[in-house]
This record gives sequence, structure tokens and C-alpha cells, in this order.
Amino acid sequence: MSDILIVSNLGKQFGGIKAVDGLSFAVREGDIHGLIGPNGAGKTTTFNLVSGFYKPTHGSVKLFDEEISGLRMHHVAKKGVIRTFQHSTLFAELTVLDNVLVGTHMMFKPSLTAAFLGRERQSRAKAIGRANEVLEFFGLQAFVDQLAGELSHGHQRALGMAVAMASQPKILLLDEPFTGMNPEETQTMMGLMGKLRDTGITLLLVEHDMTAIMGLCDRITVMNFGKLLTEGKPLEIRNHPDVIEAYLGKQKNAT
Amino acid sequence: MSKPKLLILFSFLLLAVILIVLPHGLSYSQREILVFLTINILVVSSYRLLTLTGEWSLGHIVMMGVGAYGSALYTKELGVPVPISMVLGALTAGIIAWGLSFPLFRMKGFYFLIGSFAAGEIIRLLWKRFRDPFGGPKGIKRIDPFPDIDLGFVRIDFFDPVNYYYFALIIVVLCLVILWRIEKSMIGLTFHAVHWQDKLAESTGVNVRAYRTLALVISATFAGLAGTLLAHYIGTVNPNVFDIEQMVFVLTWAIVGGTTTIYGPIIGCIILTALNEIVLREMGLEQGRPLVYGLILIASVLFMPKGLEDVVKKVIDWIKLHVLTGRIKNV
Ligand SMILES: Nc1ncnc2c1ncn2[C@@H]1O[C@H](COP(=O)(O)OP(=O)(O)OP(=O)(O)O)[C@@H](O)[C@H]1O
Ligand SMILES: [Mg+2]
Repeated sequence: MSDILIVSNLGKQFGGIKAVDGLSFAVREGDIHGLIGPNGAGKTTTFNLVSGFYKPTHGSVKLFDEEISGLRMHHVAKKGVIRTFQHSTLFAELTVLDNVLVGTHMMFKPSLTAAFLGRERQSRAKAIGRANEVLEFFGLQAFVDQLAGELSHGHQRALGMAVAMASQPKILLLDEPFTGMNPEETQTMMGLMGKLRDTGITLLLVEHDMTAIMGLCDRITVMNFGKLLTEGKPLEIRNHPDVIEAYLGKQKNAT
Repeated sequence: MSKPKLLILFSFLLLAVILIVLPHGLSYSQREILVFLTINILVVSSYRLLTLTGEWSLGHIVMMGVGAYGSALYTKELGVPVPISMVLGALTAGIIAWGLSFPLFRMKGFYFLIGSFAAGEIIRLLWKRFRDPFGGPKGIKRIDPFPDIDLGFVRIDFFDPVNYYYFALIIVVLCLVILWRIEKSMIGLTFHAVHWQDKLAESTGVNVRAYRTLALVISATFAGLAGTLLAHYIGTVNPNVFDIEQMVFVLTWAIVGGTTTIYGPIIGCIILTALNEIVLREMGLEQGRPLVYGLILIASVLFMPKGLEDVVKKVIDWIKLHVLTGRIKNV
């Protein structure tokens, strides 16, 4: 399998803080790839750099062979890199269906002349079809007409993913998708992610829920203080002394 | 036809009849006011399209002016026939707005508001400063009127306010239909998305800047068209017609009416114009119009933050519940 996303020597500095500091890793196409690390390790910042939300201080991000670092966020999205946000970020004032319809923006680009002439019915019907497909996949079809802001926290997380999925990503960057979900919801969502991978979408997953991470990921990158700590298969990571130390401090010898 | 559809159809027919009969029950000066009201409805409705993206501009009235000056100059200087000059005037406003979008959309929210004010004032200064071609502080006079239409058996003279009212009404209704279609389209949805969460919108591939610009340009084009309607009716334009005081009136109509529905700003415009013309004029308080508007603005923000449209919504809900479902108790 080839590498879909190659991050090399990536860096981002905020004033005196090096939030990401010379990070390099690669994501193989078709994998579920975990990106973990303690709070403040720089995971979200890495997402922000890859997705074009921030411009990196230095380093490069490649999608296959194409440099994408420094592109604006909607350009990166057009290349097929879609991210979700750590804190439920939705169009809270819009209905669930409208949220996902915004996600279909790239597939069914709105036309001004069609809007002027009231000739949008066909493309809108297709967009709604696509939206309903995605909503069904995430088990949200019962809520189509509700306002997104009125959903439970778990459903809001799922809707965030549905919006991202609607835009047909090649690689989906998910920032802590399981927070606010109860164990059953997490289980269901893990199942859905497995299905997404089976449809050929690569997932890059930031998550603190270790059971989920260990259960889902093909490979895991661990970062700490903005740097790469280690990388490997879930079993290797679980037992890696540096990782245990980073998460638990110096207590690793207690037992 | 189902009961609700019949009711809607009936309401629209009734509205059409009222709009057609209305000028005949008014005095000459009231008819003139009716023309201005019709034009102002387009100004405030086009303003609302911009507010869909979450940006509030203070330059909108100047865009109306760009249309008015543009159309006036195209006829006077270039000899373009009036109906065509009106289209060109409107497009000029759109193009100027597009040019202004580059500096303005480096800013958001409050800064955009102030920036749009500054941009508008610069345009007004240019009008005042350059006698040729803008006529300086006195503006442009003797602008060609809309040409008479000779149908053989009848000659429509647009100097007559009733005729001009019908003409403006047709144009404004057409524009409102287009604005409504845009809002209900996927483009309108994208405007809302840009308003509520520009980050999320951009992350799914929406070019947020382009959509903000689009809303600004469309709203300016329609404001420009409203300006041309004004210019060829009153026959003269000057920089003061489009000053910040006028802008505050537009803002007040929008805020008092509410901007979540398409009819909110229209209601605001109608009610406040009626208040202005009937109450203030009768009481000889016209000079105090800015003061009264200021008080109304404050009062409506304090006591009616959802605007007049909310009252209408409640009435519609009541009708739906009681009339359409036939749940009125015949005790
Ligand atoms: N916009 C910003 N301005 C200044 N500092 C920032 C900014 N964003 C992040 N940081 C800092 O960069 C560091 C990394 O933050 P980041 O949010 O990437 O961590 P994280 O790994 O996502 O943590 P968490 O698991 O808590 O979400 C932190 O020290 C944070 O305070
Ligand atoms: Mg984070």
C-alpha cells in the first residue's frame, strides 16, 4: 500500500510554544491510523496544519505526491482531505439535513443561474439523496428535521462526522470522535469506522479512548511535546515503555 | 386544492388587489411616498441578503447611490437609453462592491462594519470632490425620466406617481422573487453555513471568501437597481441622499422588522414609513425623525429583539393551528 499522507519535519510555533516541533509520519492508504499523545501534545494543531487551518512555520504535508501545506482549507478539502473538529462544531441553527447538505457542497456545486431561475430541483434532489445516505449510515435518519443544536452530544459528534463524510473524502481526519458518547454509541461508531475503511476511506484518528484506539487502528503514531515519540502496531504501542511513561509519568516501575 | 394552499393563494390575490388599488385611495404626495416606499423595500430586502452571511454593512446605501449616479451618468454623458442605463447602473454597483470586497473581507464583524462605512464615505467624497462628472455637492440634476410608453390606445406617462409606482412595483416584486429563490437555493444554504460556522463550512470545501463576496455583490446590485429607480423618478441625485442618516434608516427597518425572514425587513420598512409619514408628518415632527428612529431602534432591541416578524410568525402559527386544522370550538 502506498502512503496517502506524508508529514515531514512539520512545525508550528505559537509565540514561544512549539506546539508541533519537527513532526514526521506517514499514513498508509486504506488504514485506520491513530494519532495519540497526552493533553497538549499537539495533535489538534497537527490536524489544523494538515487541513490548512494554520500555515505551518516549517515542514511539508503531502497528499500522495502533492504538496498541500500552506493551501487554504477549502483547497485542501477539494483535494479530498476532510477534518472534523475536537469540539462539536456544527451549524447548530440549521436542521440535521441542512448540515449534511452543506457537506455535499463540493459534489453538487450550487449554481447561481439555477438559483435565479429556480432550476435547482434536480441537483438538489441528488444532494438530498446523498445526504440521506450518509445520515442513514450514521443512524441519524430519525432526526433529519431537528435543529443540530438540539441533538444529544453523542448524536452531535456523529453528525459532525456525517457532514465530513458527505463531502466524499479520500482521507478523513477525526479529532476525538468518541468524546461525549456512551459506551454503546462508541461501540456502534467503532463498527461504522471499520465499515468506512472497508469502503476505501483512510482514517486518521485522534482519540483518548485507548480501548477504541487499540481496537480500531492498524498503526499508531504517538506524539509528545509536539514531537514524534514512537510509531507502530497497537500491541507494540501498548507495551512501549516510552508511551507508558508519557501517559503515566514515572510510575511505570511501580508494579 | 388543499385548504392551506387555497388560503395562501387567496392571501396573495388579496395582497395583489390591495397593491393595485392602493394608490387610488391616496393623495398626490402620499402616492409619491408610496413610490419611495416601494423602492426602499428593495433596498432593505437586498440588504438582508448580505446579512444572511452574518456581515452587516454601513455602505449599502452608498451602493444604491452608485446605481443612481451610474444610471444618471450613462444617460446624460453617454446617451444610453434609460431602461438599459438602469441595468448598467445596477451592474456598476455590483462591480464596485466586488472591488471593495478585497479590502473589506480582510475584516469581519465590527471591523467590517466600520470598514464598509469608510469605503462608502470615500465614494461619497469622490462624488462631492469631482464636479465633473459627478456634479459636486449639488449632484446631478435633470436626469432623464423613464420614457413614456405609447401603446397606441393609451400613453403611459411615468411622471405620474401612480404609473411609476406600478412600474417600480413590478421591478421590485421580480427582484424579491429572485432574492427569495437565491435564499432558498443551495447558495442561500451556503450563506447560512458561512454565517453560523465559517470554519466548518470551509473544512467541507466552501470557499468562504467567495461566498461572502457573492452575497455582497448581489446585495449591492439590487441596491443599485433601487437607486436607478429612484434617480429616474426624482430626476436628481446628490451625495446627501445616500448619507449615513439614510443608512441608519435602512438599519432600523431591518432591525425593527427582523432579519430571519424575507418579510421581516419589508414589514419594518412599511410600518416605520407609515409611522413617519402619518404620525410624524401630521404632528409636524419630521425634523425629529432621526431622534424618533433612534428611540424606536433602542426600544425594539430592548423589548422586541426578535423583531416584528416574530409577531407575524405567531399569527401564522395561530392560523395554522386554529383555522387550518379547524380546531376552533363552535361553542
Ligand atoms: N492557537 C493557539 N495559540 C497558542 N497556543 C496554542 C494554540 N493552539 C494550540 N496551542 C498550544 O499548543 C499546544 C498543543 O495544543 P493542541 O491543541 O494541539 O494539543 P492536543 O494534543 O490536541 O491536546 P488535547 O488532547 O488536550 O486536545 C498546547 O500547549 C496549546 O496550548
Ligand atoms: Mg486536541
